Amino acid sequence: MVDLLYIFLVLLSTVATVGIAITILIFGMKYRRRHGREAQQIEGSLLLEITWSVIPLGIFFVIFVWGAVIYFQMRTPPRDAAEIYVVGKQWMWKIQHVEGQREINELHVPVDRDVKLIMTSQDVIHSFFVPEFRVKQDVVPGRYTTLWFKATQTGTYHLFCTQYCGTQHSGMIGDVVVMNPIDYQNWMSGGTVTGSLAQNGQTLFQQLGCSTCHRFDVQGRGPNLIGAFGKPVQLQDGRTVMADENYVRESILVPTAKVVSGFQPIMPSFQGQVSEEQLTALVAYVKSLSQQPAGAAGGPTNNPSPVVPAP
Amino acid sequence: MATTAVSVEPKNYLNAEYGIRSWLFTTDHKRIALLYLVSITAMFFFGGFFALLIRLELLTPAGDLLLADTYNKMFSMHGQVMVFFFLIPSIPAVLGNFLIPMMIGAKDLAFPRINLLSWYIYIAAAILYLVCIVTGGVDTGWTFYTPYSSLFSNTHVVEAGLAIFIAGFSSILTGLNFVVTVHRMRAPGMTWSRLPLFVWSHYATSIIMLLGTPVIAITLVLVVLERTLNLGIFDPSRGGDPVLFQHLFWFYSHPAVYIMILPSMAVVSEIVPCFSRKRVFGYNFVAMASVAIAVIGFLVWAHHMFVAGISLYSALVFSFLTFLVAVPSAIKVFNWTATMYKGSVSFSTPMLYAMGFIGLFTIGGMTGVFLAALGVDVHVHDTYFVIAHFHYVMVGGAVLGYLGGIHFWWPKITGKLYPEAWGRLAAVIVFIGFNLTFFPQFILGYLGMPRRYWDYSHMPEWQALNVLSTAGASILAVGYLLPMVYLFWSLRYGKPSGDNPWMATGLEWRTASPPPTFNFDETPVVTWEAYDYEKMPLPEQEVTLER
Amino acid sequence: MSDSPLVLEHEARPELRHHFADEQQQRNAASLGMWWFLGTEIMFFGGMFCGYLVYRRIYFPEFAAASRTLDLVVGTLNTAVLICSSLTVAMAVRAAQMGKRKLQVQLLLATIFFGLVFLGVKGYEWTNKYKEHHIPTFDYNAVSGEGDLTKGQESLLGLDKVKNDPVKYQERRTEIQQRTKIFFSLYFALTGMHAIHMIVGVGLFAVITFMAWKGRFTPEYHTPLEIAGLYWHFVDIVWIYLFPLLYLIDRRPGA
Repeated sequence: MVDLLYIFLVLLSTVATVGIAITILIFGMKYRRRHGREAQQIEGSLLLEITWSVIPLGIFFVIFVWGAVIYFQMRTPPRDAAEIYVVGKQWMWKIQHVEGQREINELHVPVDRDVKLIMTSQDVIHSFFVPEFRVKQDVVPGRYTTLWFKATQTGTYHLFCTQYCGTQHSGMIGDVVVMNPIDYQNWMSGGTVTGSLAQNGQTLFQQLGCSTCHRFDVQGRGPNLIGAFGKPVQLQDGRTVMADENYVRESILVPTAKVVSGFQPIMPSFQGQVSEEQLTALVAYVKSLSQQPAGAAGGPTNNPSPVVPAP
Repeated sequence: MATTAVSVEPKNYLNAEYGIRSWLFTTDHKRIALLYLVSITAMFFFGGFFALLIRLELLTPAGDLLLADTYNKMFSMHGQVMVFFFLIPSIPAVLGNFLIPMMIGAKDLAFPRINLLSWYIYIAAAILYLVCIVTGGVDTGWTFYTPYSSLFSNTHVVEAGLAIFIAGFSSILTGLNFVVTVHRMRAPGMTWSRLPLFVWSHYATSIIMLLGTPVIAITLVLVVLERTLNLGIFDPSRGGDPVLFQHLFWFYSHPAVYIMILPSMAVVSEIVPCFSRKRVFGYNFVAMASVAIAVIGFLVWAHHMFVAGISLYSALVFSFLTFLVAVPSAIKVFNWTATMYKGSVSFSTPMLYAMGFIGLFTIGGMTGVFLAALGVDVHVHDTYFVIAHFHYVMVGGAVLGYLGGIHFWWPKITGKLYPEAWGRLAAVIVFIGFNLTFFPQFILGYLGMPRRYWDYSHMPEWQALNVLSTAGASILAVGYLLPMVYLFWSLRYGKPSGDNPWMATGLEWRTASPPPTFNFDETPVVTWEAYDYEKMPLPEQEVTLER
Repeated sequence: MSDSPLVLEHEARPELRHHFADEQQQRNAASLGMWWFLGTEIMFFGGMFCGYLVYRRIYFPEFAAASRTLDLVVGTLNTAVLICSSLTVAMAVRAAQMGKRKLQVQLLLATIFFGLVFLGVKGYEWTNKYKEHHIPTFDYNAVSGEGDLTKGQESLLGLDKVKNDPVKYQERRTEIQQRTKIFFSLYFALTGMHAIHMIVGVGLFAVITFMAWKGRFTPEYHTPLEIAGLYWHFVDIVWIYLFPLLYLIDRRPGA
């Protein structure tokens, strides 16, 4: 998709450049200084000016729309994309699969599956770049950014950090390994699994005392989180926001920022008490409370059912 | 007419007074222009030295020439020196200062002492920056992105930031001087529509200097404060926003690139008519296009941030506006080309530079269109494609314009002619060297080579293009050094040029070369239109000029 | 060339500089230059104002609470002082137009006096802030001790709702500490920048007063005075924006 527009632009640029260059050379040759021939003073031509303003403008508009359409698709991950979490830090990529596998500088994904990366940084701004997939997204501390793709061929592809981040910026590279479903299954079941991400999140949910207010059986002091993720939330001050990853993360770190309507702003902040990875796990857990079965990358058979809250 | 003793050498601004004090305390805009010429040339070679080290390191995939930290400092300082200490002042401070008063028939700029002050401020800033370099340098990239620059970098960010902050004042004062001069100091009969396009372009540039530079000033102050006082404005763990920095930074730095290109366009607008012996095609359109570029240029900054996390809808808006800003530049290119139609063209050194400019700027501009297209930008952002794009416009554009201008007005400035054959040779070498250096980088970027990479040993297949690029750079370096040699040579041994060797129109050519200190013996009264080449005889012909 | 009428005029009127054709051109140039310079100053302060507005919107309660710790009486007094100084400047220009040297000098001295009063009062305010530990990086503490701004503002800051739970109470206080610190950072950055401009202005006026005392200004020529006046008026206007934004966020009676 991107390549098609790119090639069009290359052709357009070539035509424009060669056109101008040849015109200049021809004019230079044809009208070079010669005895007896004087330059002809030409003031200008409104028609010509308008033509060569409007035509480029029109062409640019076409390119704009074309580029915008592609970009729109790039920025709109499909609903049922499999999610994988990425934490960038100086100078490595830490990847966490929902099922629990962790990787460093390597990302295994199944072929022909929509994959969405949910990324944040632990320190400075990095950028996740897989040139062969034509995808890139800056990875910013303090918030989540997302990137999605669907690999259509198995193989190993380069991963680069492409936002300058310090000494080993050029060392912050890795591979994206795209596997066919069977190999992927094998890879998933091998290796240490310390519980799926959501399960870790569930453990934290209890350890940190979240379940005392966010109860699932009776109305607690905090909103019931089952089915909450991914839906609009009415806030105390009248605004409505979407309960997405950023909202959950913010509510854990700065709970008084967006208080749900009908509840008191009594939730304590966990700023400084949870690491990025723990935050990721908690977000995954809250998500799992709303999830339909097709949420994980492994496919229906390997899917952990939505985690049942412990009483 | 007062009678004076017949002297061997007529009094001009160069020999009016001698001694270092007459130079360091001058208020003559022409002398100040030369002070700037020396200083920015020195800074250019510093910046070039850093570039040399970058290209040498990139000859091999492994990071085997420099330490990673050193390499990171090299590209950061190359960018900062070239942008803030060379490109932004270059044409305005040298050619603008020298020529604008003469072009409008004035004796000097509106504020001559402020002009001198602006040079001293530039020198102070340059010294501070050099101190920064020798005490360890800075490695944040020329873009100073937070939180790396505010919290994580261990280098001399504060000194570098302050130096650039100070240099900004030099820029503001220059712009102030130009705007007021153009508004208030035009000779009788010099209406706006008779102004040379050089003046129009510099006017537009000055507006940007005035309105944009304070924003980078406050941005750098905030980074310095954050580093020294631990404030947390850009620190997410304390409620700050690192992307806010990017908005503030690019709000200036995008218009800044138009500060760098408009003056070069100004030069081209003077050279092409002269060496085609024709008025510029579509004067009004070219003048208005300069202003349009300046205005729209303030509205497009976030096209540097399409993958930084801005919303989809802002990206759409900025992409659209970016396409708009390309149109006036295209109009200018078409108009210059049309100026050559049915002209009487000669391929002098300045004309070669101007023609090179038009071609290379077209490539640079078209590749900008690639970057404006959202879907493509995602792929090539932060890769060598961007590096190639901006070097095409900055070097292929701005620097070629600068060199062309220096050659075109060299006789006016010095009263001497440079050796034409060497001039043309150098122009061709620059052109070839430049393209060889930067064209491969477009391909490298498309293939995925990220910017600011010290080591690419995991991708040895990129080496071939990098070697081509470095080879080109060495040729380009020769092209830059040649003028240093023959221009210097011409100061002593060059043929005297006479007042108007090119038979150009423009008030600056109607006074002596080199000009007297007060530019004109009598204030000119203008009754003719700009680019009056109809009435201008060709060079090297019998001449009786109407003065 | 010494007989040229232009040169004669320059010799008779040394304040007319060589490169200007006549005094009107010189005056117009100076004036236009100062206006453009003030434009750049607007861009400079504008950046900080933007930052302030963004953070004020998202951290409103904390900004309001911190703002209330600024002394309204003193701030208003200072505003009045500055406006008076602008009046004396305008009157000094008028005096110059009428050729009254002594009156000019008196009014200019009054302007400087008011300017120094303003700076002195600012210094007094800042000293108070220092004692209350409200200056970031100098032992900043807005939630306990002398500078505790939560006293009397608990419901504004939402503290009353969490006061029964010690853990949550502490969390909220930490948050208040951080966000009020941002307010004060911006407060000192903005008023500090403004104060720097005032100091430059006072210095400038010292020079102008000296020139006036020496009789340099006549009804025909008092351009330096005029453009210095423009600068002073601008610094005044910046304060007129700063004052309500910083001091008057939420002054409703009762917490």
